[in-house]
Amino acid sequence: MLETALVSGLGSGSVYGLIALGFTLTFAVSGTVNFAQGSSMMLGAVVCHALAVGWRWPYAAAVPVALVACALWGAVVERLAVRPFVRRGSDAWLMATVALGIVLDNAVMALFGKEPRSLPSSLADEPIVWGEVGVFPLQLLIPAVLLAVALGLHWALRRTGLGLRLRAAVENADAARLMGIDVVRLVALTFAAAAALAGLGGILVAPLFNVAYDMGTLFGVKAFAVAILGGLTRPWGVVAAGLAYGLVEAGTTVWLGSGATQIITFSAVILALAAAPAGVFGRGRVRV
Amino acid sequence: MIDRRGVLLAGAALAGGRVSRARAAEPIKLGLVAALSGASAKSGEGIARGLQVAIDEVNAAGGLLGGRMLELVRRDDESNPGKGQAAARELIDREGVAALFGGIDSPVSLAIVPLANQTKTPFMGVWAAATNITRNGAEPNYVFRVSAVDVLVDKRLVKHAMGTFNAKSLGLILVNNAWGESNQAGLTAAAAEAGIKVAGVEKFGEADADMLPQLQRLRAAGADCLVLVGNAAPGAQVMKSLQRGAWSVPVVSHWGISGGRFPELAGSWAGRVHFVQTYSFFGPQGAVGKRVAAAMMARYPDVKGLGDITPPVGVANAYDAAHLVAKGIAQAGSTEGPKLREGLLAIDRHDGLIKSYVKPFSPGNHDALDENDYVMVKYNGESIEPVSG
Repeated sequence: MLETALVSGLGSGSVYGLIALGFTLTFAVSGTVNFAQGSSMMLGAVVCHALAVGWRWPYAAAVPVALVACALWGAVVERLAVRPFVRRGSDAWLMATVALGIVLDNAVMALFGKEPRSLPSSLADEPIVWGEVGVFPLQLLIPAVLLAVALGLHWALRRTGLGLRLRAAVENADAARLMGIDVVRLVALTFAAAAALAGLGGILVAPLFNVAYDMGTLFGVKAFAVAILGGLTRPWGVVAAGLAYGLVEAGTTVWLGSGATQIITFSAVILALAAAPAGVFGRGRVRV
Repeated sequence: MIDRRGVLLAGAALAGGRVSRARAAEPIKLGLVAALSGASAKSGEGIARGLQVAIDEVNAAGGLLGGRMLELVRRDDESNPGKGQAAARELIDREGVAALFGGIDSPVSLAIVPLANQTKTPFMGVWAAATNITRNGAEPNYVFRVSAVDVLVDKRLVKHAMGTFNAKSLGLILVNNAWGESNQAGLTAAAAEAGIKVAGVEKFGEADADMLPQLQRLRAAGADCLVLVGNAAPGAQVMKSLQRGAWSVPVVSHWGISGGRFPELAGSWAGRVHFVQTYSFFGPQGAVGKRVAAAMMARYPDVKGLGDITPPVGVANAYDAAHLVAKGIAQAGSTEGPKLREGLLAIDRHDGLIKSYVKPFSPGNHDALDENDYVMVKYNGESIEPVSG
């Protein structure tokens, strides 16, 4: 039972973490998020399915192209649904990003169809079995990808010029601007990266689940809860919160039954935030 | 000499004649509210095809009520009870349908039942199997069904688990909605009646991605056979989770899994599930079976063989249901709801696809099929084939 909770929890928690890292990136730099992260996740899976299954591209080509499509989508969200509102000092980007996500979901529904489809993968075909516990290789890959992405971000933020500029923008956007840093472009870049991260989550989870126009909705909501829990601006906090959320979810189902899963998991989120309003792994005041 | 009043009367008579001739040519609309999109879209397509083939036959034979043609009006409920109820209301109020046919989702059908009874519109279920769809307590009851009934399916599933898999302890894995509830009650009662233990009951959501935790609970509780109640997409997740957990336990299932792309979504373990249907186009076929198969292949280019008539249960139930409604209209001599209801109750005999119906409906029984009409099947690739036992 414990092994099941660990395997299931770490797998789903890693996907929540990947999507939630996207929230962190954009919030840290611009104080805004793309509430359509769930749609970005779906876009990654759908484009990958269209290329790999529909056009029979090898995954080595389909996955990068799907991620680029997600990144472009992220940049479009920033340009159309965030920048115009932020410039006018309005918080309407909240609604605008949700609305744009709904537009994307429905556009995909029209193009891709309403029926869920399968994304076949040799990594989700034959499980590796230890006693009563089996895992698909993909389930081991997902947490590894999450950790690699988090480490990569950590390194890039500290060791690259782009990372330095990003950190400067996070520290003080006005000062960064005066130093000649193009903060507007940086913000667009973080939205593109955030959508690509969500798309990566979608591609990774699709062979275990399936591909559908509405697959991102629940993942998006859970990932946002994870991002808040993790402290929004703390990448490692978000990673830890993602894994913790997945483990609590799977553990509740294993030990208390599926009827208790959503009640316990979301109650735990509320309790955790009541105890630490800035997020369990967060610091300082909450900005809303 | 004709006076002014005479002219008016003659005009009225002529106009009346035109009206009655127009009415003779006016089609009789039959409504379908089913999942035509989403994870269960295949079910709606199968139902629509079964209805259409029957309607084509009735129309080719000259229609009903003096030459009026039947016309199918389809609406997508998206498996959503609210949308289904709104679509049913629109079909009744605006399209003026004589009768409604339902789809795969019991929650949607249960939402339409009160509307059908209030508006006195006969509602014919052709897939959704929740017991209380037809046994809804209304008097008069306008809801009929040519499909399985959960309480009877549950008995059959328990019997199959015990007979074919020598099950001693059942694990129930059910969708978390009204349909799952209906079967939980039915399966628990059927297990008690058959003297078999229920090791545990677990639920899953339609959009759940990982059922392994629920399955491990059933495994730990000692289940030696699973009974699955759910539609194709989550049903496929159950099989994928079983595969992941390397638990090769036998699975018997209600027929929801046959309403979508189960073989594609479930992958290599799809063929392990034994599930219930009311009809199989494989095996020896009667005259009606041969005729329907030929008509399906002639009308739908994607139907190239018997295995392409999917889901067979949707096609077969809908085909027989449409003919029974047509017979009810002919019997009633009218498309008015109360008269059609009486017409359906008065059908004496009908040689259908699934069986020869003798008094299919009576005041105490609005279900035309019973447990003797069920067959157990499994997937072989995309085809559905009977299993013995």
